[in-house]
Amino acid sequence: MNAIITLLAGLIFGLGLAFSEMTNPAVVIGFLDIFGDWNPSLIIVMASAIAVGMLGYFIKSKQLRPFIASKWQVPTLRQIDSQLIIGSVFFGIGWGLSGYCPGPGLTALVNNFHEGIYFVGALIIGSGAHFLQTKMSQK
Amino acid sequence: METIFNPLVGGLLIGLTATIYLLTMGKVIGISGILSQFLFSKERLLPFLFIAGLIIGGSAYGLLTEQTVAFPETRSQILLIISGLLVGYGTRLGGGCTSGHGVCGISRLSPRSIVATFIFMAAAILTVAIAH
Repeated sequence: MNAIITLLAGLIFGLGLAFSEMTNPAVVIGFLDIFGDWNPSLIIVMASAIAVGMLGYFIKSKQLRPFIASKWQVPTLRQIDSQLIIGSVFFGIGWGLSGYCPGPGLTALVNNFHEGIYFVGALIIGSGAHFLQTKMSQK
Repeated sequence: METIFNPLVGGLLIGLTATIYLLTMGKVIGISGILSQFLFSKERLLPFLFIAGLIIGGSAYGLLTEQTVAFPETRSQILLIISGLLVGYGTRLGGGCTSGHGVCGISRLSPRSIVATFIFMAAAILTVAIAH
């Protein structure tokens, strides 16, 4: 059951990215280019996704536990620290350079293989570098 | 009309996924987190299935809808590699990306996610302004 829901979730999420054209880095860069030839369509994507998401959290507030899993595992951290800020700056620069954030980058493995392979390879190495750094600092 | 319809449907599908996943599995959807769970944790099956679904759904482009903007010409490998390294390291250090912080985090009004989204949007807008 978990496997089917997770696969379907990935599939619908991916369809959402494709429909909104977030899978196309030219659309994403057009959205970020507010000082140039601005394409505001991704505001509609974010706003409608967040509106439905808020409905989800409203339903959650009326439920003791999820319908399948035994407990909620929503992040509870509230502190705004330097890691959050520096990490978000790095992410923003990387996103602006190519127009790929992680989801659309993964779809580029099929949509635009000659770009996707380099982006995703580096994405894995970058994530791995942080994983190793965290592991070493725990020792 | 078409210019509003596609982003609206796309956003609704993304929000719907986040909601279904939350109410059944009890978790937020963050692609950067799911990818690193697939790569570095022992429980790989579910993140693998999610990523497989994402790639299949996300590449069903022309089957469903006509694209309004052409894909870019293949860009330099160095640019893509630097971008990937920054996105990979940055999303893990900052604890989320466009989905985890931008959609799920703002939906639950998390102060961390609101700050993170503001910062990565600003950094991305500045980067595009400088680079183009």
